[in-house]
Amino acid sequence: MTIKEIQNQIIEDFSMFDDWMDRYAMLIEMGKECPLIDEQYRNDQYLINGCQSRVWLHAELKDGKVYYTADSDAVITKGIINLLIKVFSGQTPEDILSADLSFLDEIGLKEHLSPTRSNGLLSMLKQMMLYAEAFRELKTEN
Amino acid sequence: MDINEIRKQFPVLDQQVYGKPLVYLDNAATTQKPLCVIDRERDYYLHENCNIHRGVHYLSQMATETYEHARQTVARFINAKEAHEIVFTRGTTESLNLLATSFSVLCSPFSVLITAMEHHSNLVPWQQMVQRQAGKLLVAPMDDNGVLDLQAYEELLKQGPQIVAMAHVSNTLATINPIKEMIRLAHQYGAVTVVDGAQSMAHLPIDVQDLDCDFFVFSGHKMYAPMGIGGLYGKTEWLEKMPPYQFGGEMVDTVSFEKTAFNKLPFKFEAGTPNVGAALGLETAIHFIESLDRREVAEHEDALVSATIEGLSRIEGMRFIGQAPERSGLVSFIIEGIHPYDLGTIIDKMGVAVRTGHHCAEPVMTRFGIPGTVRASFAVYNTLEEVEVLVKAVERAANMLR
Repeated sequence: MTIKEIQNQIIEDFSMFDDWMDRYAMLIEMGKECPLIDEQYRNDQYLINGCQSRVWLHAELKDGKVYYTADSDAVITKGIINLLIKVFSGQTPEDILSADLSFLDEIGLKEHLSPTRSNGLLSMLKQMMLYAEAFRELKTEN
Repeated sequence: MDINEIRKQFPVLDQQVYGKPLVYLDNAATTQKPLCVIDRERDYYLHENCNIHRGVHYLSQMATETYEHARQTVARFINAKEAHEIVFTRGTTESLNLLATSFSVLCSPFSVLITAMEHHSNLVPWQQMVQRQAGKLLVAPMDDNGVLDLQAYEELLKQGPQIVAMAHVSNTLATINPIKEMIRLAHQYGAVTVVDGAQSMAHLPIDVQDLDCDFFVFSGHKMYAPMGIGGLYGKTEWLEKMPPYQFGGEMVDTVSFEKTAFNKLPFKFEAGTPNVGAALGLETAIHFIESLDRREVAEHEDALVSATIEGLSRIEGMRFIGQAPERSGLVSFIIEGIHPYDLGTIIDKMGVAVRTGHHCAEPVMTRFGIPGTVRASFAVYNTLEEVEVLVKAVERAANMLR
């Protein structure tokens, strides 16, 4: 599936719930299903640090596609990072970097989008983009 | 005491968040402001605004007079001997930076003793100044309940720190420290004492002469006053000895290009134009606190704390952080296997405003081996019904997160 198709799928999944509790229940479920970072990367080097909860993110390039793994000590944060992983994992760096991110506004998790919210969606997103950027440069060098 | 009547003076409480009535339990971060305080600051800007201490004209003289009256009110509220012993600052943090900077100039070598339960404001300024002087920062330990180890404290005093800085009430553990005894001991060993009253001013009566502390610092915004105003009480003899912290207008007597003679107390420490409107708001906040029966308020707040502890302890995996017998105003907790951030996020959706995280006291979290806590902190306008909402919200969130 393309990034756009996955995004539409997620918007559809979230739109099934009017109630915020169900949305959060879904995020919590997503947190529990997050593709976990290998223990060797669960250290400060891979930490997206913030004041509320800790998030570790790792990525690797396989056959020209980026695969992310992550973990967090807070399950909602883990749900959010897995949401992003679902969208971007298995895509090419170019597609990731040019993706339209407006779907985030549509799924009712707006409060996580505030730039001042530590460990918010934005800092995770930025880190994922940095990986994609690095892999793209790596590819052009080769 | 009619809590509903009191609540009417706090319009901000009467609102819904996410369609639920707001339950505001983050008072240790900042209290809400009563109408009288808001009106006082507004009135100042509507009718009285003027720069003080320098104009010959009517408004300036009036503003100077009301500002100095506010200083007298603060002095009376904490029973300072003289009004000039009160320096207006932006709050606790600025007061402590003033002290740390000034004493680092005054003392060489410079070592400071603090307690293990300090928030960053009463830790980082001292730590940084001590490091500049190649001095030592000594830390008095506490036990698992968050009670200070007085014996260890006295042992550390023997190392001869120039300053002892102590929280009156811990912002994470709720512990009320035995500051009178701590001050007596510190003086025995020749140390200067600084009490951080950020969390105590709104809840406990303060008498600086009875405490015999050399300094007492506080923030207005945690005691129903506007943000951006607070104070530093200091004994005259110390304030006289200390070099100024900031330089500029207002704090000077005569100035030439070669030298400056500084103004007398307290103006020596108030460089630049002060926040007059907020100082007047602080005075009104003091009147508000005094208009209530303080013993009754304390009993009410204690009842809220007890009800919270009782309600929450029914929840499986509940662990209270800070269980000192002498406590004030707040309850800090975590639930086994649940991150405080997750819990705070969910109960926020139910309209309950609490603080989650390390509460700007990271070493305290490290001491207890936890990433943070959920903290519910109370003010006079909180009710037992709100405690019930909190307990139910936490219960529901815990079920969701497990």
